[in-house]
Order: sequence, then C-alpha cells, then structure tokens
Amino acid sequence: MTDAVIPAAPGRSLWGDAWNRMKANRAAMISLYFLVFMAVLCIAGPWFTPHAFTTIYQDYNRVPPSLQPYPKADKIELAVTDAVRRARVELAGWEERDSKVFITVTSAKPVDERVTRYIDRSDVFENAVVTEKSADGTRLTLSADVERKYFYFGTDNSGRDLLTRTLVAGRVSLAIGLLAGLVAVFIGVLYGATAGFTGGKTDEVMMRIVDILYALPFIFFVIMLVVFFGRNFVLMFLAVGAVLWLDMARIVRGQALSIKRQEYVQAAEALGVSRAGILLRHVVPNLLGPVVIYMTLLVPQVIILESFLSFLGLGVQEPMSSWGVLISQGAKNIPGANWLLFFPSLFLTTTLFALNFIGDGLRDALDPKDR
Amino acid sequence: MLRYVLKRFLTAIPTLFVIVTISFFLMRVAPGGPFNQEKGLNPVIKANLEKVYHLNEPLWKQYLLYLNNLLHGDFGPSYNLPDFTVGELFAAGLPISIQLGLSALVLALVIGGMLGIIAALYQNHAADYAVIATATAGSTIPTFVIAPLFQLFFALTLKWFPVGGWGDGAFVNKVGPILTLMLPQLAVVARLMRGSMIESLRAHHIRTVRAMGLSDYSVIIRHALRGALLPVISYAGPAAAALLTGSIIVETIFSIPGVGRYFVEAALNRDYTLVMGTVVVIALFTILFNLIVDVLYAVVDPRVRYD
Amino acid sequence: MTIQFGLKSWLAGCTMLAMTASGAFAEVVFNRGNSADPESLDPHKTSTVYEANILRDLFLGLTTEDAKAETIPGAAESWTVSADGKVYTFKLRAGAMWSDGSPVTANDFVFAWQRVVDPATAAEYAYMLAPIMNAEDITAGKKKPAELGVKAIDDMTFEVTLNAPTPYFLEMLTHQATYPVSKANVEKFPTDFTKPGNLVSNGAYVLAEFVPNDHIKAVKNPKFYDAANVKIDVVNYIPTEDRSTAMKRFEAGELDSNDDIPTEQLADLKAKFGDQVRLGPYLGTYYYAFKTDKAPWDNVKLRHAISMAIDRDYLAETVWQNTMIPAYSFVPPGITGYETRTTDYAEKSQLDREDEAKKVLTELGYGPDKPLKMEIRYNTSENHKNTAVAIQEQLKPLGVEVTLLNTDTKTHYGHLEQKGDFDVARAGWIADYRDPENFLALCKTGTGNNYGQYSNKEYDDLLASAAAAADPAERMKKLSDAEGVGVARDLCVVPLLYYGFHTVVSSKLKGWEDNVMDRHPTRFLSKE
Repeated sequence: MTDAVIPAAPGRSLWGDAWNRMKANRAAMISLYFLVFMAVLCIAGPWFTPHAFTTIYQDYNRVPPSLQPYPKADKIELAVTDAVRRARVELAGWEERDSKVFITVTSAKPVDERVTRYIDRSDVFENAVVTEKSADGTRLTLSADVERKYFYFGTDNSGRDLLTRTLVAGRVSLAIGLLAGLVAVFIGVLYGATAGFTGGKTDEVMMRIVDILYALPFIFFVIMLVVFFGRNFVLMFLAVGAVLWLDMARIVRGQALSIKRQEYVQAAEALGVSRAGILLRHVVPNLLGPVVIYMTLLVPQVIILESFLSFLGLGVQEPMSSWGVLISQGAKNIPGANWLLFFPSLFLTTTLFALNFIGDGLRDALDPKDR
Repeated sequence: MLRYVLKRFLTAIPTLFVIVTISFFLMRVAPGGPFNQEKGLNPVIKANLEKVYHLNEPLWKQYLLYLNNLLHGDFGPSYNLPDFTVGELFAAGLPISIQLGLSALVLALVIGGMLGIIAALYQNHAADYAVIATATAGSTIPTFVIAPLFQLFFALTLKWFPVGGWGDGAFVNKVGPILTLMLPQLAVVARLMRGSMIESLRAHHIRTVRAMGLSDYSVIIRHALRGALLPVISYAGPAAAALLTGSIIVETIFSIPGVGRYFVEAALNRDYTLVMGTVVVIALFTILFNLIVDVLYAVVDPRVRYD
Repeated sequence: MTIQFGLKSWLAGCTMLAMTASGAFAEVVFNRGNSADPESLDPHKTSTVYEANILRDLFLGLTTEDAKAETIPGAAESWTVSADGKVYTFKLRAGAMWSDGSPVTANDFVFAWQRVVDPATAAEYAYMLAPIMNAEDITAGKKKPAELGVKAIDDMTFEVTLNAPTPYFLEMLTHQATYPVSKANVEKFPTDFTKPGNLVSNGAYVLAEFVPNDHIKAVKNPKFYDAANVKIDVVNYIPTEDRSTAMKRFEAGELDSNDDIPTEQLADLKAKFGDQVRLGPYLGTYYYAFKTDKAPWDNVKLRHAISMAIDRDYLAETVWQNTMIPAYSFVPPGITGYETRTTDYAEKSQLDREDEAKKVLTELGYGPDKPLKMEIRYNTSENHKNTAVAIQEQLKPLGVEVTLLNTDTKTHYGHLEQKGDFDVARAGWIADYRDPENFLALCKTGTGNNYGQYSNKEYDDLLASAAAAADPAERMKKLSDAEGVGVARDLCVVPLLYYGFHTVVSSKLKGWEDNVMDRHPTRFLSKE
C-alpha cells in the first residue's frame, strides 16, 4: 500500500498511517501472525501429516492422543485375537519379538493360507507371511511386522486421525468464513452505497426493504437455505453471506450519506471532478475502514454460525469436516473422549481470538479521531 | 413522541404482511412435507391427512386461508403436535423463554457494562486486559460447549444444580440456562461498553466537565455513561429480540420447555403452521425491540428527536 | 438482595427435594426418560414408539402385554374364534371402568374402531385395522365407517369379522391404534379430549399434567381393575432429546430409565453404570435400498456384489458398538414359527465375499478406467453418518467411488416417497407386531415404502398366497419363500443390521424385563 505514496510525503496516506499504528499494536500484530500461521498450517499441514483425513483405522477408533507410537502393548494382543477370530480359526498362541509378531493358528479343517490377509487387514500388522505349516495343514504359524503409527491428537469415533481432520476442518471453516464474509461485504457495500448516494425515494424504498428483511427470522432463513443448498456447502455459504449483508448495508449507507455532505466532496463536485473520480479518491478510502473492521467481525460470526448449524446436524457433508462439526461431535463425547472436544475447540477459539484482536487493532488504526 | 410510536406501529403491519408472505411461500418450496417420516405413510392415509389440514387445496387458497385465520388471531393447529394449537404452544413456552432471556440480558447488561467501564477506566492496565481476555473467550466458545461443561462441573461433580429440567421454574433449574445464555452477551456488552466509554471519556464536553473539578465518579456516571450507552442500546435491541424468543441449544441441552426449539424443529419438521407462528413471533419481537431502541435513544441522547 | 433471595429459594428447593425423598407417605415416583414427546395422546393419532410407551400405561386394549411383552388378556377377559378363523367374539372384563367411573362397553370399542378407519380422523395407523372387513375401503372413502366389520352384541360382547384368518390379530390388539376411547368423553370434548383433566382412560394410569417438552405426569388410576397390583404411584415421562444430557440426568438420579443411549459413549457408560445399561435384540432392521428400476442398480449381481463388500461385523461392532447385530435377512430372528432366509454369503468369510465381489465387478466391466460411482443418501444422524462413512471406506479398495449425501429427515423421506432419483438410500423398519409380513410388505409392488421400486410377480404372488393360506404354518412357509425370492435372491433391500434396544435402567427399578419389542408397561414395575 505504501508504495503508492508520493516520496515527498511519506506516511501521510491513510493506509500508511494506519499500518504504522497497527504495527505498534502488539496484540493485533501477534494475532495477525498467528492467523497467517494458522491459515498456512491448515492449508499445507494435511500434506505433511502421516494420515489422510478420510482413512479409517478400524483398530484405532477413539484412541487418546499420544506422542508415543501406537500400537500399545495390550492393543497387539487384542488385534491378534480379533484378526484370528475374523479368519474363523483358533488361536494356539502368539508372541512378539523385535517388532514382529508370530502367531500360531489351528483349525479342524486345513487352514486357508489367505488367513494372512486377515492379519494384514488389521491396522496393527503388515507383511504377514506363513512361516510354518503342519503336514495336515491344520496348524499354521505366521509372522508379521508390527506397524507403528502416530496419532498426536488421537482419533475420532470412526478411527480417523484427529490431527489431520482438525487441519482439514480448518480449511473449510476459514474458507466458509472468508467466503460468506466477502459475499456479505460485496452485497452490503453495493447496496448501501447505492442507497446512500442516490438518496431520495430510492433510498427510502431500499432501506425499507432492509428493515423488512431484518425482521425476517434469520435462523429460519438459514435452515431453508441449508435445505435447498445442503449438498453444496460453497453455495450454501454464498447464500448465508447473502443473508448477512444487512448490517453492512446500513453502515455503508450511513457513511455514504455523511461523506456526500462533506465539504471536500462538494468542492470536488463543483470543480468538475467526475463521479468515478470522487468515488475512488474520497468515498472508497473513507468507506474501507468500517468495511474492513466489519469484515473481521463478520468472519468469526460466520464461523460460529456454521458451528451452530453443525450442532443441529446441518453442517458440511462427510467426509469433509469443519471445526464446528468436530466441536459439536466432541461436545457429545465428553467426559469420555475429551480430546475430541479439546483440539478443535483450541483451534477455533484461538483463531476467533486472533480475529477479534485484529478487528480491534484495525479499528484503532483506522479511527480518524486518533490521528 | 407518542405520534412517532403510533406511526411505527402502523408501518409494522405491512412489514409483517410481507414477512408472512415470503415465509409462507419459502416454506412450501422446501422439499418434503410434514407427513414424511421414517415409517412412510400409506398414500390413502396421507391423502386423508392432507385433506384434514387443507393441504390438498391449491397453494394460493391455503395462503388466503392462513391469512384469514391469522387476522382472527388463529395460528392453526400444529401438524406434528396435533394435541396443541400453535397459540397454546407459545402460551406455554414463551413466558419461560422470556423469563430466562430477560434475566440473561439484564445480567449481561449490568455485569458486562460494569466490566466495560472498569476496563475503559484502566485502559491498557492489567484489569483492562483481564476483561478483554475473558470477554473474548466468552464470545468465542460455542454455547453447546459451555452448557455440557456446566452440567459436568456444577451439576455432576459439585452437585449444586440439577443437570436439566425446568422443575416448575425452581431457581436452581434456571441458573445453568441463564448463565449459558448470558456469557456470550456479556462478552459483547463488555467490549462495546469499553470501546464507547473510552471514546466518550475523550470527548470535549467530558474534558470540560472534568476541568471544572467535578469528582470522577459523578463525571463518569452522569456524562460519559450517557453517551457511551448508545452503542450498547443499539446492540441490546436485536439481542433482546433473539434472547427473549429462546435458544434451541440451551433449551435442548438443559431440557427447558421454551419456544426456542420451535424455530428450528418446526422448520426441520415442516410443521408449516408452527413455522409461521415462530416467524410472526420473531418478527413482532424484532419490530418491538427496534422501536424500544429508538425510543431509548431519544431518552438517553437529547439530540435525538422524532417529532 | 438478589443473592439473598436466590439462596433462600435455593435452600427451599433443597428441603423440598429432601422431603420428597424421605417423607413417610412418599409416593413412588418413576421418572421415565422417553426420547421424544408424544405427537398426540389421542391413541388414534399416533405414529411413533414414544406415544406407544405412554399410551400403553394410560389405555388398555382388548389384549395387552405383560412385562415380557407377551400377549395377555386386557380389556377382554376371554374370547372365542370361529372355525374359519374369521370371526372373533370378545367377552369384556366385568366391572371394568373408565377413569371417570363409567363402564367400558363394547360400544366404546365400536366407536373407537370406526373412528380409527374414518378418513376424517386421518389416523396414521389406520392400516393396523386393515385385516378387519371393509376397513381399507372405509379409509379410502369408498364405504361408510358404520360398515366396518365390528359389532356390539351386547354391552359386554364385542364381535369382529376379518377378511381372512389373521394369526397375529390378537397380538395386533395390543397396539395403541386399537385402544378404545370413551365415546361419551370424545363427544363431550371433540377436539380437546386429550387435555389433562379431560382425558378419560381405562389403563393403569390417568393423565395428570402435560407440559410440552418438559414432562407428562400420569398418576395411578384407582378405577383400574388390577390397581391393587400397580406399585408405582406416579410416572413422569420426560422427553430426552439430547442423549448426552439424558445420561447426565440419569447419573444424577433425575431419571430412573431412558429408552436410548448415545452409542458412541457406550464403553464409558458401561464402565460407569455397569449392568444398568441394557442391550439386546429388537424387532427392526436397518437397511439400504438400491433404486432397483434404474441402471446399473437393476442388475441383481451388482447389488449383491456391493452388499457382499460391506463388512457388517465392523459396522455392528465398531460403528454401533455392538448395539446392533449384523443382518443378512430382512426379517429379524425372533418370530416364532418363521424361518428367516439369509443371503447365501451369510456364512462365508468376509474375505471370500470381497473376492467374490471383486470378481463380479470385473465381470461387469468395472475397473480403474471405468470406476463404479455410487451415492449414498442418508438422513441426519450421527450413527447414520458414521455407517455411511465406514461403507464408503469399505468400498474404496474395490474401486467403487462412493459419495455421501446427507439431508434432513423430511427431505430424505420426501425424496424417497416421491420416487426421486438416487443410487442407494438408507432406511429402517421397526415392527409394529411380531409378524414377518410386516417387513416383507415393504417389497411388494407399488407399496409406498418400497423405496427401491422393486417389482417382481413371483414375490407378489407368494405374498398373496400367504395371505390366503388358512393354515398358519403354511402361511409362514410361503412368507419365508417370499423372503427367499425378494430378499435373499433379488436383494430388494440390502439388510445391514438388526436393531438392538439400548436402554439404561436404574438398579432401583424392579421388574424390567428385556424383550425384543422393548416394551415395558409401568404397571408391572416397582421401585425401591
């Protein structure tokens, strides 16, 4: 932004000033860095986590977070008995040596060698091979490697890695917030500015429409939108954004009305500056402040709204997820599996915190009375 | 003033009419109907049901019928709760929701307001940061997380309150719902109050009064607060309309028989009459509180006149 | 000020609680968690099990159920059946009274049953009376309610004429749609007779209070014929929509039982509540329906391939935490005299099934360059979602690209009912009475609930011949054959799981007998 400033008068531009003041605000700057970090983490993170967000580990559902690798000792025994039971053969014995297991199974009929596939099927083992076979084939010894897996945030009820899911959910939540926020601002600014600048009867009618829409129950409207657009969350949140523009329109209209009456605008008009010129030179910069501030308030509002819809079971479609979806699932699982609530809540809350502080910082930085 | 209020009431009528119309048709465009359910109905029986509720008539006829009933104060029977009329459901639930919502609102305004003033007076001191941090936390943690945590800690561990239920309005049953409703509001009020108070304290006339040697306390109360209240009031209007008409989250988690649940359940159940009832109630509350806000504006700020 | 006031009323509340707990003349109160409020307390306007749970205590049908949900005499003391099995003559219980003291007469039954089938009542369960002569025609508006095949021979003798012998008829009479209502009372309060104070009933309890979404209070009916053996004085039915809250309320002692538990928390709940958690089979089936009249799903082989690739053990054990049972037939086991027909791979191991499924898919030309695409539609619910997600993952190794589509319940069933387009849709069926026909009718050509639009003459004929069979054993045989054709061979629905009940019952509550209908009349319970 500062690039555009004429060198002779550095820091005199609205934006240069604002940016300097913003930089002085520690809380806002830390929040800004944090938000960027969070965005990068959510966007890039899932490529680096060891699991895909859709993969179900049948043997690891609802395991608590741990820095140590899974499986834990007791899990191996469970996995062995489980796999053998599924293969419908008898377990004669098993042991674990240097991260390998040796399993002996028996059966009344000769054992099908495909039994190794049951062992491999378990998320705990891989590379199962038959090492020994009795003459009549009713007794078989197998060996398999024990697979080490890390679940730093634990897993959810279906056995999916919560770390990856939280990050992927972050993408969705942030995108939804941004998208709906932008739509609301776009419509709001356009509508409000038109009403404010045109004035007269048009203004009156346009604001009357806003009043009516204002009294329309918001939740009812959103639920109807979900019912219509439920299968496509992008469309849905475009729609939600299209509902949230009312406040923005009011704010912008108010600003537009007051700017129109400013002496410098009238002077510019008298000097024959084109309408577009006035808009660009005077109106837009004066409008941007409140718009940006409002946007930082709107984004958290949308994210919270999305979590509310998730609580009602109207969130994004599986296997996608959002913080709201994860948190509402987590809230249903306390006190048992509290990590399901803790991690997504931590991500959501810190992000909203950051957005709030940035909003405050921007307000202070752009406040003309402070100059 | 009185004429202004009267005029506003009159303009509310066409507003309400438009809202009823939009909602009525919007509701009907939604897929599914009140009688779609897991145990699907025999087509003959479904046809009989639709006949009983006039759902077999052309849509415009149903609309006129509904408007006519509405004019006579009849919201119709609920489709999914046929033992009750929509009016009866609201008569039973609305007082409960209003009671909880109003308590939460008043508490949020008083406590939040005080916190905001304290934060403003000690701007950039520890007290200020503490208030901001708690306020932000309050507004970022979803209600459906706060409510079960409250139940776990205060009801199951400490056993101070029951887990849920209305208990015919016993005080202990109301604590959890009110606190959960209040927290997010308290946070917003505190932040708003802080911001506007800081601004108000900086204003010229306050500086003048201060220079005249009036004690801090009376300055704050009499002058600064007056100006600082305006943003809080304009926030409190819509917030009141939302709070007093109940919250589905608080009501389902605490098992409270309020009306907040109807706004969502009725829409999901395609309980057309109940949906329309909730739309009318919310719209009325919104219009009413907007009016109250405007009147309060005039009372608080002598510059505002409506004549 | 406020704090003082608050403390005072709080203390008052505490002492009140203490008093009710230890009072010398304390009445026995049973706080019964019920997943939802009833839609209506008019027995003829009900449609869900939540109403059934309450109405079972308020009303008494001709027959009724004991603690194990076995059929026992109710408002009728005894009955005789004509030789052709079509005419039932019921002798009403002598001295039986409505809660207002008036006698329960055969005319009340005639009035009630005519009311059920009357199109003006629009009873959702009108089809329960379909076996009775003219019932279906009356509901369809082709005949007058007075023409229903019921007759009051005298005040105490009630005669019913059926279309055909119906072996499950006596059991059907335990259903709430067949309960009597007091003629005098309904005529006095045509729209408001279900209100507390107005409602007159003939069961073990009478309605005292109904606060929607809060509680329904029923108190012991002194006029009930067996009142001497009813041990619980007051039942509060408490709607518990939020299952997590219900568990906490149970833990805090605010509920004595609840008819549902959040399955995802099962392990924790078992650890906490021990054998107060009750699990067992329940007469219902959770299934997926293919749209059988649309390519490629009209191919039976393909349907079977998909069905084989679904690991039902995993669904039952992990997704549903053993609250459900893997299903390979539509009709669940537990119906006396009926042999269920399972698909032929029921006994095979999951690996064999998957190999078989792969083979079929390759044969049909599906492969990496031509993947099979499939969309699963399901209605909003945590468990439906987890089930669909698990199936999506199970089909992935076969190269089937599954997408999920979740909609709210009304949209879901609205779409299915209007024969909307879909690939696979989730549905479930809970039996109204213990009879296989109750399930198998869902695959009959043109039935409203036949979401897959399955149509097969052989199947329809088998059902028709079963309906006409005079011998109950013969009938069961035909029905079993029908299941062999429609389900095991043609997969008109893909059975996934048999439902299980999952309830919590306080150890203080005695006489709660687990049963496949999950029905527990309060009159047989007692509380310490």
